[in-house]
Amino acid sequence: MAYNCVVLAKQVPDTKRITGQAMNEDGTVNRAALPAIFNPEDLNALEMALQIKEQYGGKVTVITMGLPAAAEILRQSLYRGADDVILITDKRCAASDTLATSYILSCAVRKLNPDIVLCGRQAIDGDTAQVGPQVAEKLGVPQITYTEQILSLNGKTITARRSIGNGWQEVRTKLPVLLTVVDTANEPRIPAAKRLMKYKSARCRIEIEAMAKQDPSIDVDAVCRQLEQKGLLIRQWDLDILGADLKWCGRDGSPTKVHRIQSVVLTAKETKSVEPTQEAIEAMIHELIVDHTIG
Amino acid sequence: MIEVNKQGEVWVFAEQHAGTLEDTSIELLSKGRQLADQLKVPLAAVLLGDRVEPLCVRLGQYGADKVYLAEHPLLNHYQTSSYAKVLDELIHKHKPQIMLYGATPVGRDLAPRVASALKAGLTADCTDLQIGRHEIPSTGKVYENLLLQIRPAFGGNIIATIINYDRWPQMATVREGVMPMPEPDGRRKAQIVRENISLLPDDLMLEILAEHRQPKKVNLKASRIIVAGGAGVGSKENFKLIWDLAHCLGGAPAATRAAVDLGFIDRDHQVGQTGTTVRPVLYIAVGISGAIQHQAGMSGSQKIIAINNDPEAPIFQIAHYKILGDLNQVVPMMIKAIREKV
Repeated sequence: MAYNCVVLAKQVPDTKRITGQAMNEDGTVNRAALPAIFNPEDLNALEMALQIKEQYGGKVTVITMGLPAAAEILRQSLYRGADDVILITDKRCAASDTLATSYILSCAVRKLNPDIVLCGRQAIDGDTAQVGPQVAEKLGVPQITYTEQILSLNGKTITARRSIGNGWQEVRTKLPVLLTVVDTANEPRIPAAKRLMKYKSARCRIEIEAMAKQDPSIDVDAVCRQLEQKGLLIRQWDLDILGADLKWCGRDGSPTKVHRIQSVVLTAKETKSVEPTQEAIEAMIHELIVDHTIG
Repeated sequence: MIEVNKQGEVWVFAEQHAGTLEDTSIELLSKGRQLADQLKVPLAAVLLGDRVEPLCVRLGQYGADKVYLAEHPLLNHYQTSSYAKVLDELIHKHKPQIMLYGATPVGRDLAPRVASALKAGLTADCTDLQIGRHEIPSTGKVYENLLLQIRPAFGGNIIATIINYDRWPQMATVREGVMPMPEPDGRRKAQIVRENISLLPDDLMLEILAEHRQPKKVNLKASRIIVAGGAGVGSKENFKLIWDLAHCLGGAPAATRAAVDLGFIDRDHQVGQTGTTVRPVLYIAVGISGAIQHQAGMSGSQKIIAINNDPEAPIFQIAHYKILGDLNQVVPMMIKAIREKV
């Protein structure tokens, strides 16, 4: 039995590479200076979907919601083996919190009627781990969070192993299902050279439109038609195509608001320098005993 | 979606497994108590399970005024769908203004599902909660007594304060270990409010076929003294120095994510953004540069000693004692000094 898998992926700033240049003078993060990457655990989710397809047959569709630049992770999905990719891009999605994001994504997933929805446990920019379960709730399907391994699939049910922090569980549930996948689940494959050559020119309409702004000789419709004929036009959906109720999207659909953002300032406490000599260290230990820190 | 409710109670989800309360629920009660007192409303724990009534005593001793008790055989094991259904019903019925969950695997599985069903806001993995006001700059409209939900984001590089003022309840998950464990008060007793709930086997979407819980090998949260090693320790053999120093101080050995990834020590010992958050009396950071992700898990330590041969290591900026030197020489000196003095 073949499975229709949908992977929800996010393009994120590489928060592990925050350095001096990536901070603004006021101490806030300069997102523009950070490389944008495929959210790491979403790559684990994509890998899990590709393995399902290889073992049982079926199809893997990757959806991302974001700015036009997020099309880059869709190309990377194609390089790795995705059959179809969709960019949800719409200015009215801006400022969506997890609740609004999950609403928009669930509208998109519903159109594809998948057997299995997969996403990373959490994204490295927000670290909330909320969008997956919230999409599952909106679709009315069971969720298996912290999935480490699919043990079996038999057309109607899935058995999987999930992490529970200090141990694991084996669980079984009916399809359709939503899985959130952890980084220990697998080793994501690297892009295949052949597919890279084939799909590197895949574009979505909004990217062609941006190119046309730079170069007015580009005929957007003609280029899109050519790409489509070659199977290289990335599908692009907006909230109208999704039939989304705007009340639940963007800022209006987001109950949580930002009250304040502070950059983490390394607070210098009263630092005492201790020489790396036996004498100085003995004095320090003595101090710690006197103030009852140790002993 | 429930109406904005300013009179409602503060609720804490009391997470239990096989009749044992999770520490995080008790930590939440101590924070919940402060919030409820400030708002002058009762603090309630919500306890779901099968034959879990004996836990109500402890919930009362740790600060709950009330316990909403939902007992049912189908609530014996935690399951997203059944637990979410019951919480959704109870929240609709009693309309708390604040609902808190531990940011445990259970809390992070359950809370988003409940928030989605209620169309309520949810802030993940908070490290602090306060009551405060918010003014919308464009309109000057002021909201008083909101829950300020404080959390690190962007890999710990920023601290965001999140609020919600137009949909209720205000919900958050709270990171384990960041709130102090309160002392129980044996005289305190919670009022038990029994909830009649109806559940059918169809409400369980999942079958749990097998489960394995291993007791944590190390309890970093309970350790007064922690000796942590980073990538700078160099090798698993060198890491013996960390164990030795921890041993002679009666402390626990710990590590950064980098040291765990290098295989110097196992993951149970990891302190930081993706590991355990600790607040010991003394934290000794050995060969740790002090990435923001690590600091997120240990900067609440009362005293910090940092040993590093790189004068630019960020850990020095938060350390009380800075030892610039080779850890292979400094750590044995410390062990010698402690053995002689203590």
